[in-house]
Amino acid sequence: MLDVRSCTSLAEAAGILSGDRQALLIAGGTLVMRDVNEGRLTEGTLLRVTDPAFRQINASGARVEISAGVTMAMILSNRDLAYLHAPARGIGGPAIRTMATIGGNLFAEAPYGDFTVALLALGAEVVIQAGYGSGRAMPLEDFLAGRERGGQGLVTAVQFARPQNPSEFLFRKISRVKPKGISLLSIAAYLPTSGGRLVQPRVAYGAMAPTPMRAHGVERALDGKPLDQAAIQAAKQAAFEGCRPATDAIASDWYRREILPVHLGRLLAGEPR
Amino acid sequence: MAKLPVQFRLNGSDRAGFVDPAGNLLDLLRRGLGDFGPKYGCGQGTCGVCTVLVDGEPQLACLTLAVSCEGKQIETTSGMADGPNLHPLQQAFMDSFAAQCGFCTPGMLTAARALLAKNPNPTRDEVVEAISGNICRCTGYEPIIAAILAAAAGGAGMRRA
Repeated sequence: MLDVRSCTSLAEAAGILSGDRQALLIAGGTLVMRDVNEGRLTEGTLLRVTDPAFRQINASGARVEISAGVTMAMILSNRDLAYLHAPARGIGGPAIRTMATIGGNLFAEAPYGDFTVALLALGAEVVIQAGYGSGRAMPLEDFLAGRERGGQGLVTAVQFARPQNPSEFLFRKISRVKPKGISLLSIAAYLPTSGGRLVQPRVAYGAMAPTPMRAHGVERALDGKPLDQAAIQAAKQAAFEGCRPATDAIASDWYRREILPVHLGRLLAGEPR
Repeated sequence: MAKLPVQFRLNGSDRAGFVDPAGNLLDLLRRGLGDFGPKYGCGQGTCGVCTVLVDGEPQLACLTLAVSCEGKQIETTSGMADGPNLHPLQQAFMDSFAAQCGFCTPGMLTAARALLAKNPNPTRDEVVEAISGNICRCTGYEPIIAAILAAAAGGAGMRRA
């Protein structure tokens, strides 16, 4: 039988998660309640966090911190996070966005998790609280690599450096159904420049591997180059490094590989999809 | 495991029920309180037929933990009409032939109601976006969009959204 317990503090929730392997956090419910409704989750304890600190946004400074319980709708109503509105709007319809949280998106299985793709391109870190101690930050890429093992603790927030020029952050979700559909793939790119050349660009994909992934080959192909046709061509040729797309009801792995360089090229060139 | 009590305002009336700890709001509304406005469709947040307003915001009742609604204001399509007088959105749906099988209609009406409450004069694109989480398997989207625009033009958003 499933029980529900409300936690008034993040420390309380983190403590319970550390000590009870059958405890599971529920925030917006868009992932957990699916499993409950479909009978895949029948035992254990669902933890609700009512601590206001779980739903805070600090986006005005150089370092942005978004608590894990912040919803997509809250992102969309925050003007300081305008560069994240496209990925937030890409998550479901308005009712889902009222519920779905940033923290939950970190755990969404492919082909979902498009907001996490944006966070990867922004070089985000995940703040994790294990037990009653203080939180520690770890790179989102490392967090995703260990996600399936579980037991890392309570995800309390994500942090990243505010893009100096928000126009250098690009996001695109490719789906068959308009205006909303499940991702064939999604791409996010942060392309800072200095002296006309790209400096440590970050590119990330969704639905091209079991978890959102960094496109390190593309990043190497672009780093130090002007964003011209030659660089875009090199990026397209390096597009598949590390990709392990699935065949699912939305698309085959073959199809995802076919369209990836097309949409990557269009995104980098600033062309419409 | 013992059931838990939940109390909230449903369409303006105080209501209470007992739920399994991990029970969802949709089950409580339909089985516990007899409000058959919101429907059970997919149970996974895809179809939107269970959309209700929780404190004025659209939420999917099938994915909402019932106990999380303690003390909140829940609104469903069952509370839209005023006696024999349909809500302007309901009237517009009827006038525009926006219901075919009708299964998606409660979710569509609630999504439209949420839109017009915040944006009384939406563009067509904004209407499309507002109902993007609601699936109509009769594919009758155009009459639905026309109905919402007609209701907005008639002042539905400003009158009683």
